[in-house]
Amino acid sequence: MSAEVKTGAAAEAVGEAPDRDGFGPWFSRAVLRNGPLGGLIALVVVMAVLSRDFLNGQNLLNVGVQASVTAILAFGVTFVIVSAGIDLSVGSVAALSATVVAWAATTEGLPVIVAVLLGLVVGAAAGLLSGALVAYGKLPAFIATLAMLSVGRGLALVISGGSPIAFPASISKLGDTLGGWLPVPVLVMIVMGLIAALILARTYTGRAMFAIGGNEEAARLSGINVKQRKLVIYALSGLFAAVAGIVLAARLTSAQPQAATGYELDAIAAVVIGGASLSGGSGKASGTLIGALILAVLRNGLNLLSVSAFWQQVATGLVIALAVLLDTLRRRSAR
Amino acid sequence: MTGVNDDVPGGRELLRVEGVTKSFPGVRALDGVDMSLRAGEVHVLLGENGAGKSTLIKMLSGAHRPDTGRIVVGGDEVAIRSAQDAERLGIATIYQEFNLVPGLTVAENIFLGRQPRTALGLVDRKTMRARAAELLKRVRLDVSPNTPVAELGIARLQMVEIAKALSLEARILIMDEPTAVLTSEEVDTLFGLVRELRESGVGIIFITHHLEEIGALGDRVTVLRDGRSVDEVPASTDEDELIRLMVGRDIAEQYPRQRPEEPGAPLLRVRGLTRNGPKGLPVFQDVGFEVRAGEVVGLAGLVGAGRTEVARAIFGVDAYDAGTVEIDGTELARGDVRAAMRAGLGLVPEDRKGQGLVLDASLQDNLTLARLDRDTRGGLVDRGAQRREAARVAGQLKVRMSGLGQSARTLSGGNQQKIVIGKWLLTDTRLLILDEPTRGIDVGAKVEIYQLINELTASGRAVLMISSDLPEVLGMSDRVLVMSQGRLAGELSAAEATQDAVMELALQAAPESTTNNDESAMEGSDVR
Repeated sequence: MSAEVKTGAAAEAVGEAPDRDGFGPWFSRAVLRNGPLGGLIALVVVMAVLSRDFLNGQNLLNVGVQASVTAILAFGVTFVIVSAGIDLSVGSVAALSATVVAWAATTEGLPVIVAVLLGLVVGAAAGLLSGALVAYGKLPAFIATLAMLSVGRGLALVISGGSPIAFPASISKLGDTLGGWLPVPVLVMIVMGLIAALILARTYTGRAMFAIGGNEEAARLSGINVKQRKLVIYALSGLFAAVAGIVLAARLTSAQPQAATGYELDAIAAVVIGGASLSGGSGKASGTLIGALILAVLRNGLNLLSVSAFWQQVATGLVIALAVLLDTLRRRSAR
Repeated sequence: MTGVNDDVPGGRELLRVEGVTKSFPGVRALDGVDMSLRAGEVHVLLGENGAGKSTLIKMLSGAHRPDTGRIVVGGDEVAIRSAQDAERLGIATIYQEFNLVPGLTVAENIFLGRQPRTALGLVDRKTMRARAAELLKRVRLDVSPNTPVAELGIARLQMVEIAKALSLEARILIMDEPTAVLTSEEVDTLFGLVRELRESGVGIIFITHHLEEIGALGDRVTVLRDGRSVDEVPASTDEDELIRLMVGRDIAEQYPRQRPEEPGAPLLRVRGLTRNGPKGLPVFQDVGFEVRAGEVVGLAGLVGAGRTEVARAIFGVDAYDAGTVEIDGTELARGDVRAAMRAGLGLVPEDRKGQGLVLDASLQDNLTLARLDRDTRGGLVDRGAQRREAARVAGQLKVRMSGLGQSARTLSGGNQQKIVIGKWLLTDTRLLILDEPTRGIDVGAKVEIYQLINELTASGRAVLMISSDLPEVLGMSDRVLVMSQGRLAGELSAAEATQDAVMELALQAAPESTTNNDESAMEGSDVR
């Protein structure tokens, strides 16, 4: 698509959508032209203008840390959404995995590396189970993962007896900074993002995700083992959730069974803000990262502006709606 | 079928399109189209897929707006911005995909969004039913207004759509390939209805790929080619001339089959294939045949005779209850697409968009989908190899595209079909099953697909072709298998196969129940 066509289409769409949002017409124009990245940049500019504290290195790294857990969860959810599914269980699975790690290392005294592996396996297994319910049990993904949301949270409470378990000191370093400035969660987020991008663009499972999400029947008739791929896709989502859970617990230095409650919705929002379609067949790791950053910048900025937590929720909701609305407009006018 | 072929029908002008153009990113869909429609006229819009017919009718129904040019309705220039605008101007469009809600009744569908109300503002069901019954009588559709639409076959759905158009008091009726899915009897009924509408002064824009329908029904023909209206001719113009106008050149031969002197070794052997249906009725029963290397075997029969089901069973999409499928003497596992592909089978399904393509994915991704595992090395997909292979086959098939990154959705039907076939040229396919390979495809692209079939068989591969287009089956097959009621009714050599011989077998042992239940209404043949 040529730049000229894009601009023309964007201009037309702006004409159709009078700017009713408070950010001014240039905001929507930026978003329409550049998609999620334009939205992020516009939001950063707005925050920088409104708050002097926003645009300094330390605060931006804070934003990165705040985005990290959501982003890692969202990378996993991207796989599922690209394949036209949904995963509501990632917040619970994150908490369960972190609880398993803490229980194995702290309560049972297993070596930390074994505990971490166990946590990752539990996360992947939870995803695998959701995947099996979807692929072989033919449950709608919404229901299967809603069940896993409850089961995962419940098991986390059972294992921990309802109280936080201290995280072993050696893994709690995951919550620290590297070289005194680079927060490890940001590093983990970047690494997981690169892995997610590689999976989506270059692996068999990744390409199969797009085919299954775009047209499951065509994928099947082209020799893709759709059921088996779905197992892998949900297992990957569970695995990413486990990593996110461990990062979150490391930051808090303890595994809390009630941690990450509701994070699945942030993760889904990040994926969708990042330009993926809930009907499947499209999505990018970079978009998902931007989606998570948009949510984090918004929360951080509103905190700096001393907007109450109640109003922050309202603003977040509006941004989600606006982002997807503008993205829809952009696509429609580009078609 | 007899037609009224007045050169210029008398009515006043209802619609005029002048110099309309429309561009989409990368494509000039319409490049100067002129046409007019008079009251009491059937005006045929003829052109290959991609010639601009769809864009033009979408413009008239409010889905697209022209970049330049004028649309004049009833003497006034109009801007049709939405479906509501079109409705107000008396323009109704019946698309190939119907706009009906399956769960609602016939009456509810006819008056969807415009239900008559009682004084309290509630839906006045009684009036609605009565008015629907009246409309159904006009279209001679013998169903109760309370029938859920989901229970109706395609032919009846179409009648419901027409009744809906009548309820809107449409003066301009656009019908997009209405006969594509109908049996010859149903076509006769439809033509009768269209003639009646014409008598009553409605102007009808009629799109069809069946040239013989033009003389039978049409008054004037506007031919579109590459987004331009190239000519307007009377409907009595002979078919060769129409084809020439449509493709811009002479087509030497419509069915260029080069039959092999001697077929090769048996490639596929099917024996006693049986699948039981839900009510004890078999979906297909005791089907057995052979396909040899270098052969084109046609599989004819009425729609619903079980042909597609047999093809899907052979390819491992659906399981079966008894029988065997052998490739080179080795039995294939049941219900295993990947095993079938490894053995050298490929399937081009009948529903191109629903089963053949990932519409929003790129042409490269679509072309390489069936060879995804072979392009995966060390866990990573070799995108470079995919690009090279896709480019090679797209060039070989002369796919008209802006690039391999273009989405499959934006291609014309013929080019979409080339992509689905191309997918199997990129695997080691030795037997390609083609299910309705040229349905909804224009003449030019059809011949290209026939030539491709020749190339395949010349290289020792084989083709099993399901088709409801009888001239195509006769023109392209080396042998014709005919199915009826789930059984193989007979086999004909190319020399024996005539329309009559095939039809006789296809209608064999047809129980009387086929004519009076709703299910069979959607299972019509295209045999004309």
